[in-house]
Amino acid sequence: MRPFQYTRAPSLAEASNMTAGEDTLAIAGGTNLLDLMKLQVEKPGQLADINRLGFADIEDTDDGGLRLGALATNTETAVHSRVRSDYPVLSRAILAGATQQLRNKATNGGNLCQRTRCFYFTNIDQPCNKREPGSGCGAIGGIAKLHAILGTSEQCIATYPGDMAVALSALDATVDIAGGKGERSVPVRDFHLLPGDTPWIENVLEPGEVITGIVLKAPVGGTQIYRKVRERSSYAFALVSVAAIIELTDGKFSRADLSFGGLAHKPWFDPRVGEALIGQTPSEALFDKAADLLLEDARGYGENDFKIPLTRRTLRAVLTQATENAA
Amino acid sequence: MTVYFKQDEPDTSNRLDGMKQGVLGKSLSRVEGLAKVTGTAPYAAEYHIDGCAEGVLVTSTITRGEVVSIDRTSVLSMPGVIAVVDDEKMSTRAAQGTANEAPMQGPRQVCYWGQPIALVVAETFEQARDAAKHLKVEYREDAAAPLDPHAVEPEEQEDETVHQGDLAHAMAEAPHSVDVTITTKGHASAAMEPHAAIAEWDGDKLTVHASLQMPNYNITELADALDMEEDNIRLISRFVGGGFGSKLGLSEEVVAAALAAKQIERPVRVVQSRQQVFQTVMRRSETTQRLRFAADGEGRLTGFGHEALVSNLPGETFAEPALQSSHFIYGGENRELMLKVARIHLMTAGSVRAPGEAVGMPALESAMDVLAEKVGIDPVELRLRNIPERDPEKDLPFSSHKLAECLKQGAEAFGWQKGVRKPRQRREGEWWIGTGMASASRSHSIAEAKARVTLKADGTALVETDMTDIGTGTYTILAQIAGEMLGLQPDQVLVELGDTRHPRGPGSGGSWGASSIGSAVYIACNAIREELAEKAGTSEDRLELADGRTAAGQTLADLLQGKDISQEGHYEPGAIEDDFTAAGFGAFFAQVRVNHYTGETRVDRMLGAFGFGRVLNASTARSQCIGGITWSIGLALTEALEFDPRDGHLVNCDLAEYHVPVHRDVPDLDVLLVEERDGAASQIQAKGIGELGMCGGAAAIGNAIYNACGARLFDYPMTPDRVLAAMPE
Repeated sequence: MRPFQYTRAPSLAEASNMTAGEDTLAIAGGTNLLDLMKLQVEKPGQLADINRLGFADIEDTDDGGLRLGALATNTETAVHSRVRSDYPVLSRAILAGATQQLRNKATNGGNLCQRTRCFYFTNIDQPCNKREPGSGCGAIGGIAKLHAILGTSEQCIATYPGDMAVALSALDATVDIAGGKGERSVPVRDFHLLPGDTPWIENVLEPGEVITGIVLKAPVGGTQIYRKVRERSSYAFALVSVAAIIELTDGKFSRADLSFGGLAHKPWFDPRVGEALIGQTPSEALFDKAADLLLEDARGYGENDFKIPLTRRTLRAVLTQATENAA
Repeated sequence: MTVYFKQDEPDTSNRLDGMKQGVLGKSLSRVEGLAKVTGTAPYAAEYHIDGCAEGVLVTSTITRGEVVSIDRTSVLSMPGVIAVVDDEKMSTRAAQGTANEAPMQGPRQVCYWGQPIALVVAETFEQARDAAKHLKVEYREDAAAPLDPHAVEPEEQEDETVHQGDLAHAMAEAPHSVDVTITTKGHASAAMEPHAAIAEWDGDKLTVHASLQMPNYNITELADALDMEEDNIRLISRFVGGGFGSKLGLSEEVVAAALAAKQIERPVRVVQSRQQVFQTVMRRSETTQRLRFAADGEGRLTGFGHEALVSNLPGETFAEPALQSSHFIYGGENRELMLKVARIHLMTAGSVRAPGEAVGMPALESAMDVLAEKVGIDPVELRLRNIPERDPEKDLPFSSHKLAECLKQGAEAFGWQKGVRKPRQRREGEWWIGTGMASASRSHSIAEAKARVTLKADGTALVETDMTDIGTGTYTILAQIAGEMLGLQPDQVLVELGDTRHPRGPGSGGSWGASSIGSAVYIACNAIREELAEKAGTSEDRLELADGRTAAGQTLADLLQGKDISQEGHYEPGAIEDDFTAAGFGAFFAQVRVNHYTGETRVDRMLGAFGFGRVLNASTARSQCIGGITWSIGLALTEALEFDPRDGHLVNCDLAEYHVPVHRDVPDLDVLLVEERDGAASQIQAKGIGELGMCGGAAAIGNAIYNACGARLFDYPMTPDRVLAAMPE
C-alpha cells in the first residue's frame, strides 16, 4: 500500500475542498476503496473520511417519499421498516448483494460509487482504459463472461456491479449531491455514465462533490421483484438482474418500471420496455416484444453472448411471476 | 527404542477392537478446536519474533522469457526498504508433493505469468508490498509460449496406458455403446490460511515456521534448495489452515524467506497474498476426457475406454492422474486407457484435493449415466452389475470392497426411486426437480511413518511426530489411538505435531495421513504394552488397560515406578501394497432443482455413503465427508480457473471471483459411514477418507440436472449459461 494521508473531514465544505483536489478521495464504508488501494488500482495521496458528516438518517419526505442518507449503511436501509413495506424491490436488491458483513459497513452513497469488478481493471499489470487511459481494454478478447452487452464502447466493456442502484433506477430515485457548485439533484437513471471514450468517468460527480442522500418518491405499490441470476446463491455478481415494479389494472399493464443490472456500465433503464407493456394484456409474445426492444442493440463479446438469451428468459420469468401474482 | 514393522500381510488380529478403553471411533471434538476458535492456535505467520523484517514476492508480468535486469535503485530509496533479493536459489514453482528434492529454482527464467522473480524486504509489510509493486524489471520475452493444451502435441504417460483386447471391435459388436467427451476446468487449491513462512538463522542453523502439509519431505526439499544439511534445519508447522494439496511441496515463500534472512541477517517473514497463492502455487489441470463403453443387453460392460488429456508446465513430472480409479472400478475385458499431458505455460499443475479421481470419477460417472439410459436400467443397478470380482487389469484381489453396500445402503437412506428414469418429470413453479447418483472411488495410499510415544511416569502419555494436522483431526485421532492402546482418556494424551525435531511422519496428503501415522503410533503403543505386561506379570495379549489401570486394579503409575517408557514406532507398508488393489468406495445421491428460465442449479439435498476401513473418529470422519461433498458441489456447478487466452495469467485469483460454494449452496448433507475393517490397507485397518468424499459427487449432481430438466451436459462446471444452452425448449 502506498503511504497516504488520512484526514477526518470536519465539515461538508471541508470535505468538498479536500476532494476537489485530484489526489484526494472520500472514504465512507471503504469496502471497495480499501481493496482497490491494496491492489494499487486506486492511489490517493489523501483520504477524506466523511463518516462523521451526518446525513446518515433515513427520513420521510414531505410528499410521502423517503430520503436515504448517503451514510446510512446498506443494512440499515434494507431492514428499515418503510423500505421493506413501501419499496421492497430496494430491500431485496440490497440483500441480494455482497455479504452481511460487507452490507453492515457499506454505505448507500458508496454503493452508488463502487467500481467495476472487471478482472482487467483490478489487475494493475494488465491493460485497462478505465484505470490507465490509452492502455487498451484487456477484457475485449480476454475473459469477459461477466461483461456488458449494452452500451459498450471499443474502450471498455465493463459492467456496473451493484444491485442497489438497479432497484433505485426502477424506482426512479434521485441522488442529492452537495459541494462544488452547490446542491443539486440528479435522477439515478442519469447518475452513471456509459464508457464511451472516457471509461474512467463513471458518474456525474464533479471534483469536490459528495453524495448526501438518495430520495425515493412516494411509494407506488405494485408487485416489486428483484431477480438476480448468478452462479452461486450468494456473494456473486449478477450475470443479469432485473428490478421490476409491475401493476395490472383490468388485466392490463398499468405500471411496468424495469431496470436491469449486469448488462451495462450503468443500471440499464430503457423507457421503451415499459411503454411496450403499458396498456397491454400479459402474454409470452408481449414479453418477447419487450425483450426485443431491450436487446435491440445488444452485442456479445464471445464469452458473454449467453447474456442475450439469458436476459430475455429472465425478463420473461419476472413478468410471468409479476403478472401471475397480480392476476 | 525403535520398533520397526513392515506390513507384508493383512492384519486380521483386530487388536484395536479388543482394547478396553472404548474411545477409538467415537465422535470426539477436536482437541485443538477451542484454541483455534479462540485465536490462540498460532498459524505460521503469527509468531512474534523480535526484529522480523517483512518480505513480499515480486512476480513476473510476462509469460515466458528471461529477467534481463532488476533496477534495485527503483525501490531501495523507498521508506523502510531493506533489500531486494533475487538469489539464484530462489524457487519459482512449488515442489510437487513428495518431490523430496529442491523445487524449480533460478528466478531469471520465467515460465509462466505471475512466477516469483524476486523478493522485496522492508521494515513493514505495507512498505514491502508497495516497493514490490514499484520494482522495475526488464525482461526479454520469448514469443513461443503455448497456452492451449489442444494446440500442442501431448506426451503419452506410458505407465498409465492399457491396451487389453479390442475395444473398438467390442463397441461395434455390443448392443449398447457410449462414446462421449467430457471436460473439466482447472481448480484452485487455495486454503483459508495463505502460504506463509518466517525464517530465522542462528549461525548455520535455520528455523522456519511455515504452513506445510509434509514437513518430512519439505525439510529435504529446503535443504536441497539451500545446499544445507537437514540436521541444520528445523521446520515448525503446528497448525495449518487447510492444505488441499497446495502445501504438499515446498512453495516459494519458504526458500525466499530463508535466503532473505541470511542476506540481511535478520528474521524475515513472507506471506503470499491471496492473489499470489492463486497464481503461484498449484492448479488442478483442466481435463478433456473421452469415455467409451461397450455393454451387453443387460448393461454388463464388455469394453471400457478412458482417455484423458491434461496439462502442465515443461519440466513437471506430475500429470493429473484422471484414470486412477478407472483401472479397477468397473469390469470389461476389452480395455483402452491412456493419459496424455500437454506442455503449456500456465502456472504449475499439481495435486489438488483428490488428484485424479476428483475429475476422473465425475467424467466416468457422467458417462455411466448415459449408458444406464441407453440400456434402459436403473443407474444404481448398472453399477451393481459391473463391480468386478478382482482388479480387471492386474488380476489382484481387492483389499476390501464396499461399493455394493454403499450403493444399496445409500439408495435406501436417500429414498432413491428404483427403475428406468425419464427426465423432466417433476416441476415446481419455475424449477425442474430431479435426482442423480454416482459411484465414489479413491485409490488407497499408505506411507512409511514414525512416531514416538512416551508413557510418562505419572500415567499420562505423549505422542510426538512431525506429522501435521491440516484441519483434518490428526491431533484428535492420535490421542484416541494412543488412549485406546494404553487405557487412557484422550485428554490424558498430549499430541505434539508439526516439528521436524520429532520422528518423521508420513505428511498429510493423498488421504494416507491417518492410516499411516496411526499405524506408527499403534506400533509404538504395542511395544509399550509389552513392557507394561512384563511389569504386570502377564502377557501383552492378556493386558487389559482402561482409565489408567490394569484389569487387576494396578495404576499405570504403580507399574511405571517413576520411570517413563518411550518407544518409537516405525511403520512401513510392505507386500500389502503389491498384493492387493486397495481403494475407498462409496456412492453419492443428489436432488437438485434447475430453473427453467435462468438455468441456475441449486442442490436440494445430497447423501454420501462411504466405506473406508476403520472409522477412527466418527465426527472428524463425517466432517471430512461433508467437506468432500461440498467440493463436489463446487466442482459440479461453479469452480473454474479462468486463464487469459493471450498471456495465460489467472484472472479470477481470489475467493470473490473463484466461486467455491457459499453456505446457501450447501444444503442438508447426509453421510453414511459404512464401516469395515481393511487389514490390508494399514495396520490399524483404516483407509483414507479426506478425498473420497469428492470423487464422483459432481456427477451425481450433473446426472440430477439431466433428470430434472433434460439438459445433458458434458462440461463441468455446469453454470447457468451451459445449462441453458443444453436445455430442451
